[in-house]
Amino acid sequence: MNARVFVSRDSAAISVGANKVADAIRDEAGKRGVDVEIVRVGSRGMLWLEPLVEVETERGRVAYGPVKPGDAAGLFEAGFLRGAPHPLGHGETDEMDWMKRQQRLTFARCGVIDPLLIAEYRAHGGFAGLEKAARMPPADIVEMVTASGLRGRGGAGFPTGVKWRTVLGAPADQKYVVCNADEGDSGTFADRMLMEGDPFTLIEGMSIAGLAVGATKGFVYIRSEYPHAFATMEKAIAVARGAGLLGANVAGSGRAFDMEARLGAGAYICGEETSLLESLEGRRGQVRAKPPLPAIKGLFGKPTIINNVLSFAACPWILTHGAEAYADYGLGRSKGTQPFQLAGNIKRGGLVELALGATIRQLVEDFGGGTHSGRPLRAVQVGGPLGAYFPDKLLDTPLGYEEMLAAKGMLGHGGVVVFDAAVDLAKQARFAMEFCAIESCGKCTPCRIGSTRGVETIDNIVAGGERGKNREVLDDLLQLMTDGSLCALGGLTPIPVVSALTHFPEDFEKPAGLRLAAE
Amino acid sequence: MDAGNEANIGFDEVRARAIIAKHAVLQGATLPILHALQHEFGYIDRRATPLIADALNLSRAEVHGTVSFYHDFKSAPGGKHTLKICRAEACQSMGVDKLVERLELMHRLKVGETSPDGGLTIEAVYCLGNCALSPAALLDGEPVGRLDSAAIDDIVTRHAGARA
Ligand SMILES: Cc1cc2nc3c(=O)[nH]c(=O)nc-3n(C[C@H](O)[C@H](O)[C@H](O)COP(=O)(O)O)c2cc1C
Ligand code: SF4
Ligand code: FES
Repeated sequence: MNARVFVSRDSAAISVGANKVADAIRDEAGKRGVDVEIVRVGSRGMLWLEPLVEVETERGRVAYGPVKPGDAAGLFEAGFLRGAPHPLGHGETDEMDWMKRQQRLTFARCGVIDPLLIAEYRAHGGFAGLEKAARMPPADIVEMVTASGLRGRGGAGFPTGVKWRTVLGAPADQKYVVCNADEGDSGTFADRMLMEGDPFTLIEGMSIAGLAVGATKGFVYIRSEYPHAFATMEKAIAVARGAGLLGANVAGSGRAFDMEARLGAGAYICGEETSLLESLEGRRGQVRAKPPLPAIKGLFGKPTIINNVLSFAACPWILTHGAEAYADYGLGRSKGTQPFQLAGNIKRGGLVELALGATIRQLVEDFGGGTHSGRPLRAVQVGGPLGAYFPDKLLDTPLGYEEMLAAKGMLGHGGVVVFDAAVDLAKQARFAMEFCAIESCGKCTPCRIGSTRGVETIDNIVAGGERGKNREVLDDLLQLMTDGSLCALGGLTPIPVVSALTHFPEDFEKPAGLRLAAE
Repeated sequence: MDAGNEANIGFDEVRARAIIAKHAVLQGATLPILHALQHEFGYIDRRATPLIADALNLSRAEVHGTVSFYHDFKSAPGGKHTLKICRAEACQSMGVDKLVERLELMHRLKVGETSPDGGLTIEAVYCLGNCALSPAALLDGEPVGRLDSAAIDDIVTRHAGARA
């Protein structure tokens, strides 16, 4: 019997011991003289169950987790290779409530296939979208992406097809496709998971973009905090090139497209698209004034598509299944699905892909199961460090672009970070300002100086002297940053601060003595 | 990327030139060159600036400006091992600040500094993409999730043991 056992190679899984678990299963199989093939896959996204071990059975894959190396013997004893019950068992993975309630389009293969095997990628529907695009006129590809309603998943929510149309219409001897894999927002990890667990989907999406606008060269700019994702992307690009999916004749289209992975160097601002382009060109990551748009004058001055990982990764599905099928998911003008990331003080954190329009509460309660600490939930930050902190009474807000704006927040990259009752929102507001000061590119004064003044002013408010006056100073500062910043780092840092002041004013009003005692 | 064991071996102009030449053909070669130099030597020596400027036909000021902009590029070698601790929101929600306090108070190790024996450098980073298993860290490029006081103590004992 040659049993197949699946253990994740995702860096989150490795961070809690997946490599040791894989070794332990291999050793135990050796001891027992059982023939076991261990396949290292991406993560299914059930991060609270990592290290997750799955076994292939006639019923489908059966899940066990979280597994420790010491559990290996017991699993063999119980007959896990046949999918037998065990205290760590969860039954068939696809039948698990947490998986079944999701709408996995972009992440359908992640955690299922060996990330670097093209044959498996194909067997699970991969490259169907690219092969279709290879037979379509460029304008039809752009039209299809436009009709799907896909909007940028990097934060700004700009319609992807509209951006592509501009690049298609810009005459040039050279065009570029750039993937923004800087994923700087705290509380987000979907880009990383996809690059580690299903990198061909990103390569396919970028190739489709290349065919759509006549770009022959692509770059994936990956943050240096993601060494594993970078290594996997580099390998995947080489494999795809070897298989003729990148190169002079992409998927038999007669057209060329090739790409390279590049490493960032630890600067949050390099996630801003013009700063990213500066960085790719080898300079300080300082924000460029727009216009000109990158679509007209982008990388090395050429027309450039720049999109987030998840925006590109949605395209193979759209090409394969059609624009209408994608647009059937979602709410209002927020079409399709979003891979949400459930993080922080949460019992069951991980990746949840759902149609846009799901509520925050659905995520943190139905999927997340409440806080990790067991203490009451107090605040949820949605959309990264520039996103708002929401109190319980706003958790029924739907996660859509317009809906989040109406609630004075933003969807961002779909990160949802939970805080329990121990959180101090004055401290979080201070951190928002501090983060802006650390990461400011230095180009404009409201951001560079204003953020430091913001830290001081919040400190003054908390310290308790002249609260009313200091609050006025802070309000002016917030207005100045909102109005006078060139990019969204300075411009949106007020969002978390204002949400903290609005929804959690009591945290700024504690008597100074009490605050110290509470810490 | 991370300063592992083999790094920190001092600057060597011949090797630096070879590294620069190898990457100079890339489009936008500056960052790839800087990463390769940092990987080889554990930091970016000032003496590399004119070499890069010559190879890429840039001014020294331009190269220096780039090096100094990015948090990753260090002007001096760090410790033998590097612990990058995430201090962003999801990790805050799981108490990373207490762990940093423990490093400072119990182990006398400050963020941004290296242990006196040169064994361990502590750096702050903002999100490692492991926010569902926070607090998160990278030890010499290897991910550590659900970091707790025991894990912190263990890392310090193993890598900063010869504390003065
Ligand atoms: C300070 C700042 C940081 C950003 N960080 C990222 C990031 O890490 N990843 C990303 O995809 N977009 C980021 N963006 C948004 C990009 O500027 C840009 O909108 C995006 O790459 C466009 O791709 P999309 O339309 O597919 O979202 C950031 C923007 C700002 C202002
Ligand atoms: S708002 Fe801040 S980060 Fe953005 S351009 Fe201005 S100084 Fe740079
Ligand atoms: S916030 Fe710490 S790993 Fe993302």
